[in-house]
Amino acid sequence: MTHTTHTPTTGVGKENPAARPAGGRARRAAKRRSRPPGRGPLSRVTPWLFLLAPLALLITFTYVPVANMVYYSFTDWDGVSPEIHLVGAGNYSELFTRPELFRVFFVSFYYLAASAVQIVIALYFATVLSFNLRLRNLFKGILFFPYLINGVAIGFVFLYFFQDGGTLDSVLSWFGAGSDHAWLGDPTSANVSLAGVSVWRFTGLNFVLFLGAIQSIPGELYEAAQLDGATRWHQFRYLIAPSIRPVISLSVILAVSGSLSVFEIPYIMTGGATGTTTFVIQTVKLAFQFNKTGLASAAAVVLLLIILLVTWIQRRLVPDGKVDLV
Amino acid sequence: MGRKTFAVAALIAVTALTATACTGAAAPKGEAAAAATDPGGVSGTITVLTHRTDLVQNGTMKKYAAEFNRIYPKVTVKFEAITDYEGEVKIRMNTENYGDVLMIPNAVAKKDYPSFFASLGSAAALSGKYRFTGNTDVAGKVYGLATVGNANGFVYNKAVWKKAGVTAWPTSPQEFLDGLKAVKARTGAVPYYTNFKDQWPLTAGTAGIGSVSCDAQANDKLATSAAPWAEGSDLNVIDTLLYDTVHEKLSEKDPTTTNWETSKGLIARGEIATMQLGSWAISQMQAAAKTAGKNPDDIGFMPFPAQKDGKFCAILSPDYQQAVSIHSEHKDAARGWIDWFTEKSGFAQNEGSVPTARSGALPATLKPFEDNGVTLLERSEAKSAQVNAIDNAAEIGLAKPDYRQKLVDMARGVQSGSLEDYFADLDKRWSEAAKETAGS
Repeated sequence: MTHTTHTPTTGVGKENPAARPAGGRARRAAKRRSRPPGRGPLSRVTPWLFLLAPLALLITFTYVPVANMVYYSFTDWDGVSPEIHLVGAGNYSELFTRPELFRVFFVSFYYLAASAVQIVIALYFATVLSFNLRLRNLFKGILFFPYLINGVAIGFVFLYFFQDGGTLDSVLSWFGAGSDHAWLGDPTSANVSLAGVSVWRFTGLNFVLFLGAIQSIPGELYEAAQLDGATRWHQFRYLIAPSIRPVISLSVILAVSGSLSVFEIPYIMTGGATGTTTFVIQTVKLAFQFNKTGLASAAAVVLLLIILLVTWIQRRLVPDGKVDLV
Repeated sequence: MGRKTFAVAALIAVTALTATACTGAAAPKGEAAAAATDPGGVSGTITVLTHRTDLVQNGTMKKYAAEFNRIYPKVTVKFEAITDYEGEVKIRMNTENYGDVLMIPNAVAKKDYPSFFASLGSAAALSGKYRFTGNTDVAGKVYGLATVGNANGFVYNKAVWKKAGVTAWPTSPQEFLDGLKAVKARTGAVPYYTNFKDQWPLTAGTAGIGSVSCDAQANDKLATSAAPWAEGSDLNVIDTLLYDTVHEKLSEKDPTTTNWETSKGLIARGEIATMQLGSWAISQMQAAAKTAGKNPDDIGFMPFPAQKDGKFCAILSPDYQQAVSIHSEHKDAARGWIDWFTEKSGFAQNEGSVPTARSGALPATLKPFEDNGVTLLERSEAKSAQVNAIDNAAEIGLAKPDYRQKLVDMARGVQSGSLEDYFADLDKRWSEAAKETAGS
């Protein structure tokens, strides 16, 4: 990689001669500071003092609740009672001796397939909109917009959308394709519809991630490729795709863990009825309907472990190699 | 560095675990909230947690508080309306801050009442005066008084049923189905509305346990029953009727996108003929009829279509019960509110519900039941704690929508399985859970 493309200043200032000496000064200053810090215990404590506030927040709102959950998973607590009894691994053995509790993972395949579609759509639009195009900022906004809407609102909007005689039905009937189909009426149709909503919602996020990565590819590379006679497809295949590989692999990890732990949209739209129950909905029902907080905590711990395992396998299969285009 | 992070993580884990040891620390047990002899001498500010967000928003509760202040001038009553009452209050029960007066959340197990609520007096003394005390009776002491009670049955649009040629209440499930068929054939109305999407309306069937066999103890008997869904049992009859209704396409076309608020207007305008709901729903439907410019008298209430010795039966069951928090600093004021609200507020009459005080008259909405000799039975709660324990252990959820949603899905043919197999499976889960809970 050349020196010019890696100035710490932003891309805008890249060709600005005034920016360079400033950057150089900053780098020298950083070098001075990175030497082992001076004498006295105070200077060693200083970084921790700065970290105090964020660490306190992190521990209070992340680690303590997680530790709590792990602890509950070894008890028979019902969520309210002042009495808590330790039951050892009882909840875990109950969980693993009831295969029907894991059958709900089949529903995740709908969302996994949807995530694949979603990544492809996002990649397509990110590539197209990274080239110079009329109204491209408008399209960027339109694509990203759904991600900004609250999940509960989306649930309600799409409930009307799929209603008998609702938006979808009336739009279809304009094209003479009106049907009497109950979109959320049977398990397959309901899961496909719900997965479709999740594509609509999350494409924007993937799109922005991809677009950011694509825009960090230096412009000269495109020029060079064009001089060599590369078509748009070639540019995508040999230039864009390899350079955004880390982001794609991140998106895939997010997609897998996301589809294993789908919750909001099906919970609001169907409440898990008609074969749309996901693992998280089932866990919530165990905890809040049947007051089995212990068992539900164990289920949550197991879900966490499954996601960690899947991510680990994925990282082993597709190691995150260094991107080197030049 | 790696070792250091591990050490930090371990430290965090240890601190967290020590912290959790404090969760749910034992509260003082056995305190009582006695009624004051002189209402004028009671003072303090009390907070009432309520699920009736509508009544707090439209100022009705404030009017009740003003009435209350005529007798208890030194008490200030504040209301805290909570939309997701069950979910939110359940979590707040782990703290000491859950108001002075609250509706007992369903999640609290009966045996834990003494550690959360102050006792209101002995069951022997209170049961003569109030209905439904058995529901909060732990070891001879009562911990909550029901706001109101409800009868089970079906809300229906009289005009629509009349148009279909049915004027007398159906006396058997078959007659009921025939009635629905007539509605379907002769009127444009949807004969029956499940409210599937909003889920909780499906639980109305459970309130009817006992109305088929005309037995106030029917719910208690579930605690010792090996097969609650056996042929001819209450649950079997109630759930089969729902199954048949949906199976014969007498319910709404797409149950997955129903809407409770809209359904009120639909029944008021005669676009829906029937819904299974508690008697509390009558006044809401009548209000909807007024809004829609229709005759509120068209909204009727019929008992469950089953007769014993030629008579209909309906089960009276309690709504939410008000209790005094054991952590309340003004227990006498809180008790004063509960007593006044149950006895003198006129809340039950205004809501068209059955009053908790035995001295109170039945509401006008249940007049047809009285006139037609429907036997009203107060549900016995002697074993409801056991029944709830079994129900939770079996993960069936008698008072939860899930198992009936599956029943409706099977009736619609979108989930496989026969009704017999489903009942057999429910029976199996129930009896296994019964053994389990009896053992522990």
